[in-house]
Amino acid sequence: MPKLYSGAEIVFKCLEDQNVEHIFGYPGGAVLPIYDELKNHPSIKHILVRHEQGAGHAAEGYARSTGKPGVVLVTSGPGATNVVTALTDAYMDSVPLVCISGQVPSHLIGTDAFQECDTTGITRPCTKHNWLVKDIKDLPRIMHEAFEVATTGRPGPVLVDIPKDIQFAKAKYFNPKKEKKLKQKSLNRFNQKDIDQLVDLMKKASKPIFYTGGGVINSGPKASELLRELVSLTGFPITSTLQGLGAYPGDDDQFMGMLGMHGTYEANNAMHDCDLLINIGARFDDRITGKIDEFSPKSKKIHIDIDPSSINKIVKVDLSIVGDVSDVINATIKTLKKKNLNLEKSNKQKISKWWQQIQKWRTKQSLNFINSDKIIKPQHAVQRLYELTKNKDTYITTEVGQHQMWAAQHYKFNKPNRWMTSGGLGTMGYGLPAAVGVQVAHPKKLVIDIAGEASILMTMQEISTAVQYNLPIKIFILNNQYMGMVRQWQELLHEKNYSESYSEALPDFVKLAEAYGCVGIRAKSPGELDEKIEEMINIDKPVIFDCHVDQDENCYPMIPSGKPHNQMLLGPKDQNENKITGKGKTLV
Amino acid sequence: MVKSKSAYSIPTKLGKIDTHIIVVWVDNEASVLSRVVGLFSGRGYNIESLAVAEIDVKKKLSRITIVTTGTPQVIEQIILQLKKLVPVHKVGNFKREDKKVIFKEMALLKIVTNSSKIKKALNACKKYNPAILDQTNKSVVIQITALKKEIDNVIKILKPLGLVSASRTGAVAMTRGAEIFN
Repeated sequence: MPKLYSGAEIVFKCLEDQNVEHIFGYPGGAVLPIYDELKNHPSIKHILVRHEQGAGHAAEGYARSTGKPGVVLVTSGPGATNVVTALTDAYMDSVPLVCISGQVPSHLIGTDAFQECDTTGITRPCTKHNWLVKDIKDLPRIMHEAFEVATTGRPGPVLVDIPKDIQFAKAKYFNPKKEKKLKQKSLNRFNQKDIDQLVDLMKKASKPIFYTGGGVINSGPKASELLRELVSLTGFPITSTLQGLGAYPGDDDQFMGMLGMHGTYEANNAMHDCDLLINIGARFDDRITGKIDEFSPKSKKIHIDIDPSSINKIVKVDLSIVGDVSDVINATIKTLKKKNLNLEKSNKQKISKWWQQIQKWRTKQSLNFINSDKIIKPQHAVQRLYELTKNKDTYITTEVGQHQMWAAQHYKFNKPNRWMTSGGLGTMGYGLPAAVGVQVAHPKKLVIDIAGEASILMTMQEISTAVQYNLPIKIFILNNQYMGMVRQWQELLHEKNYSESYSEALPDFVKLAEAYGCVGIRAKSPGELDEKIEEMINIDKPVIFDCHVDQDENCYPMIPSGKPHNQMLLGPKDQNENKITGKGKTLV
Repeated sequence: MVKSKSAYSIPTKLGKIDTHIIVVWVDNEASVLSRVVGLFSGRGYNIESLAVAEIDVKKKLSRITIVTTGTPQVIEQIILQLKKLVPVHKVGNFKREDKKVIFKEMALLKIVTNSSKIKKALNACKKYNPAILDQTNKSVVIQITALKKEIDNVIKILKPLGLVSASRTGAVAMTRGAEIFN
């Protein structure tokens, strides 16, 4: 007779078979049998967080920086509800997570038992799929299916809810086998005809643009390599969404910077004026498109995405190619080479005017800001951080707000999986726990959370996790005492009524760092910034860096609400210049 | 136009709204209906009517028939989103006007009145395959199968004739001829 295993044992056997090395979690009554089993599985290391939301974001950071699914283990009731934000975040940004939650014993489900909640009901809209295990015999199948669903097609979070009696019950275990039905859902659905059509459109275009997104990162490092080859082969300009940063080198000449609400002037204008828009693994998010009616009005649009439901969801496209980004780009490159279409050379004339126009836009230098020698400008702080860390293989996470946009604008990424930020859901408090997860996956690498003082306080407790596991993460706080992005919107759109966006009381972050058992550093003037950043990098411990920055700085350029891409609001430098010319004219 | 203070875009013009009948083949497992219905409510789609029952006991397959309204883009999204759900096997989509498809709804109508009005009531149902399921000297329960509009109409006629209770199903659909939907 085959050996019978308890539900808790089966959970770990599945994790082992799925090559899971780390799980992020927090124990509680309804998962104790699983925690009891932990000691028997030395290949799996558990990271004890301080709040279940932290476990979720840490697993997200882990997943994004490795490409492997992140695993979360929480208890029933509050354990499960606390992880909902992280699951929703992962769902929006297509991050593979497998969340295992304990549940009250089967016979108590539905009785409002202690720490009971309808976990599968609550998490249904924020997971790709979830399961309530009602029979121990289903557990091995469900566990393997959970990993399969989380990682195939467009990745995302899944949840397995296991009642406590099921964790004790015994059953046979079996290894993962390929589920045919699921596989079908992830198959590429394009053929050579689609690729030929794509190549044909590329050949005809005189103002082409690549618009790439997180799908390139999710498709694996190979996709980024292929993307670089494709871009150099075609000679086309490329712009990226927030999530796609790093798929293409940020300092390359063909790269126009990020697009969208706080994207560069050249990228947004090129999107507006192009005649061929090639979307690779992006989803026409509303922060990207601005006003839909006037979005890229003159272009033929091609959309390459693994998720068929992304096609025509927001923007109607002329050609859709449903498939894995790597496979599509690979097929495109092959076709380009076979047809011997050296677009860069043959099309040089055709797109040279386009490049001239782009260069003209570039001269606006839309990311510029007026620097100061008295007060640290937040953009300057990010630029210095970049300059002083660019030679290391640095991993950057962020919270959400102005600092996030400045990080995206001024920190240049050359490799995929180095940039972890909450884009879709926009979760303040994401960055610190995400940095914990990244550092767990890459213990020897430099991991920095570019943060704001308001965001960081939302998940501050996780610094304690970092201290416990000697994870030398660096929390680089651009401290302006405001919820900066809220303040900026209030300044520009709500007549400077700064309603509740100022934090009158803030902790002393240096003392706070010390209280947590890590190191605190404070920088108040531009003169000391470099030296302090160097100091931070050289400390082999978690560091909280309290960087006092200009309170009134706004994030520019920006597309004001309801405006198309070519009506950007530029920074104060440009606004000043325009004012001067205005005055000058009246004098004449 | 008033200047927008929102960080979101302004809604653009809506396309033409059509009625569609969407047929979904799903695994008959716990919570599958709530996944389908939750998708509709979560994304703001309409459900006009819903019919669901197991159609294959051995394979544990259920067939859900949903009548919904939306612009062509919304209908396309509904179908693509449904196809992403793990327990969903296939999804069919028919326009209400589609001549190749039969749509039917069933209604049970209870009329409490005198015998002459019962006669009139039965007469009003004549066109819709009426079946008398129960009859006493002052009441009758009639079963009819027809289209939504027709049933609406019959109910209107029966109200003054003593209709006291109506119970209706959602629409179910089947293609005409030898063709089957794949």
